[in-house]
Amino acid sequence: MKHPIETAAEHIRATAAEATETLNLGGAWPAGLPLETVILLALAVIGIISVTVVAGIPIVLVLMERKVSAYFQNRLGPTRVGPWGLLVTLADGIKLIFKEDMVPPTSDRKLFRLAPYVVFAASFAVVAVIPPFQSTVIGNMDLGLFLYLAISSLIVLGIIMAGWASNSKYSLFGALRAAAQIVSYEIPLGLAVLMIVMTTGTLNMQHLVMDQADGIHAWYMFRHPFLFIGAFIYFISAVAEVNRTPFDLPEAESEIVAGFHTEYSGIRFAYFFLAEYANAFIVSAICATLFLGGWAAPFPFLSGVPGIVWFLGKTMFLVFIMMWMRWTLPRVRVDQLMSLCWKYFLPISFVNILGTGVLALLEREEIGAQLGGLFLSADAVSWIAFPFILALLGWIAHSGTEPVRRPS
Amino acid sequence: MAAPKKALRTDEMVLSMGPQHPSTHGVLRLELKTDGEVVEEAIPHIGYLHRNFEKHAESLPYFQIIPYTDRMDYIAAMNNELGFVLAVEKLMELGGKPIEIPEKAQYIRVVVCEMNRIASHLLAFGTYGMDIGALTPFLYAFRDRETILGLFEDICGARLLYNYIRFGGVSRDLTPDFHHKLRRFLSKFEKNIDTYNTLLTNNKIFLERTKGVAVVSVDEAVQYGWTGPNLRGSGMKWDLRKDEPYSIYDRFDFEIPVGETGDCWDRYKVRMDEMRESVRIVRQALDQMEENGLLDDPNYAAKVSAKLRPPVGEVYFRTETPRGDLGYYIQSDGTNVPSRVKVRSPCFTALSAMRKLSRGLLVADIIAIIGSIDIVMGEIDR
Repeated sequence: MKHPIETAAEHIRATAAEATETLNLGGAWPAGLPLETVILLALAVIGIISVTVVAGIPIVLVLMERKVSAYFQNRLGPTRVGPWGLLVTLADGIKLIFKEDMVPPTSDRKLFRLAPYVVFAASFAVVAVIPPFQSTVIGNMDLGLFLYLAISSLIVLGIIMAGWASNSKYSLFGALRAAAQIVSYEIPLGLAVLMIVMTTGTLNMQHLVMDQADGIHAWYMFRHPFLFIGAFIYFISAVAEVNRTPFDLPEAESEIVAGFHTEYSGIRFAYFFLAEYANAFIVSAICATLFLGGWAAPFPFLSGVPGIVWFLGKTMFLVFIMMWMRWTLPRVRVDQLMSLCWKYFLPISFVNILGTGVLALLEREEIGAQLGGLFLSADAVSWIAFPFILALLGWIAHSGTEPVRRPS
Repeated sequence: MAAPKKALRTDEMVLSMGPQHPSTHGVLRLELKTDGEVVEEAIPHIGYLHRNFEKHAESLPYFQIIPYTDRMDYIAAMNNELGFVLAVEKLMELGGKPIEIPEKAQYIRVVVCEMNRIASHLLAFGTYGMDIGALTPFLYAFRDRETILGLFEDICGARLLYNYIRFGGVSRDLTPDFHHKLRRFLSKFEKNIDTYNTLLTNNKIFLERTKGVAVVSVDEAVQYGWTGPNLRGSGMKWDLRKDEPYSIYDRFDFEIPVGETGDCWDRYKVRMDEMRESVRIVRQALDQMEENGLLDDPNYAAKVSAKLRPPVGEVYFRTETPRGDLGYYIQSDGTNVPSRVKVRSPCFTALSAMRKLSRGLLVADIIAIIGSIDIVMGEIDR
């Protein structure tokens, strides 16, 4: 068996040869440079460009958040730097870069320095698997969805590192809250994603979108009721994953100052800050891709509009909902957060999985055609049963759970 | 054979919350003994804002003490002034040298105090929202508070520390368009209260966070000496404006809102309802001023000598500030300087229950309690 790197190199070489042929660059290579070097250079350039573009996302989002919050609060928000305050995030970024790099003397210096990069890298790496339009994914791999779940879990590692290394009590509180919260909410989130996988049998994000490309009725959210509920569970869990209000306990400023990044300042703080917004974007993008058809147009006659418009439109809509929630809702308490996850989302998710499984089975075995097919398809039957499913879920959520008891 | 392993010994973690902390409402320091998220004990440490008010007052002529009272409860300075001024006026009356206060001054005092009560409760509402994690109510509250402060600026030039209420009246007359502006604000503000109730008071998460948290029964509240909205939140109908009417509060028709269970939400809700009652009082005061032709009356203050010398004697006088019974004890030795001034602070008694209330709650609940008892450190430390 060949070493994976060799396989990859061969693959690259083949692709490059193909590209050379297609683009008619036959004799245009700079003299003396071996093909691999050129490819590496090209990859580096592409990498730098894409990282720059991706890094632009949180910068836009920060401005958006400031404007959205301002309009929610009868304010104007930033107006001074650039037209309509457009450059204010850049100005903030420059300010943060020039700030003194403070490392608390009692901290674990190595971990303290490393933590922001872990969070930053983990959140940005996920971008690779999201298909922004029809032809392109940075990494079009068959395990895309799995990679997302795997890499995004690394963020909590960085947060715990930051909280522990700071050697501050508030940071520790924030880090422990983050650990408990993110790890807990990964379960309903993973289960919601699992439903999609059960329905389609693929983990490739691009294939998932193509499967939804027929129009709004084909979007997974509207396939059948279990997925409809699953979409909400996914989105709420995702909000909890990225620590945004009402689940912003790890950085609840009225309780634990700034949580895990209390001791951070300057550019290291900026890394956390940017990663937070990148995360908000990424979970929204994944939600849009998984449940709302990604780059696919909602109606066939609109398919002339470029996919990136749909993709960004749907994602930004979800991001806007997150901001809306943040500037409207108070924060839940830590025990309420946990009870929501373990007592409500988890049982509901299990029922969802069961329902999805039954529907998938009916479809595959063509039992559906024999049973429901007399009149309607199995999916249509399940939509009719939707109110009953909701009632069942409500009953499950309420039975066996008592009101949150005070811990004393 | 190895000795059996001892159980892992864990210590409580002492978290020093404050004096610089986003939600300790000033410079309160809480020593939290925590076991994970659970707080075993919260010990308040006070004194970071101590400015020696009572000792200062012993070396100042009566007139010069008024601005110092502003700086106690700086959120509701008008009410603090009124308490002190009324106490001194009472002292004069007891000594047989009463000051005749013009009708107009009486009304102005009530109007500005109730306006300040609204401003103070707005701040309590806004910051409570922020403590619970909702940032928007704060901005909404400040929008309305801004209007009130603007009106205060019109009449006395100051926005926070007014030095407006004086012995025998007030320092300046109302501006000619004051009551128009005020009426416009009141009608707008009444609708805004409904918005606030929708936005925060009846929010599901907010209810979950505050209902049933830190329940204080009427008995406990009385034992701790709680007064004001905190006591009323526990369900006791006790308001000095009704029960021991001072100034001209007996001329107005208003309700005293009370809570049911005495949890954080009830204490908060009492304040929200009190704002409505304050609006009613201000409206009635403006109406009565208009009916009696007081708006154009130039007589807004009695002539009182700058060297006010209350007769020998002592007085204890209490008024209902937005935070509860604020009592002034003043002892006069017949000179123009009091020989003793003592303040009974409502916030201090409210905070004294903190240690008991917080036992066994979560860190987030501690913040909910501090916000719900609405303390101002300036008044506790004095």
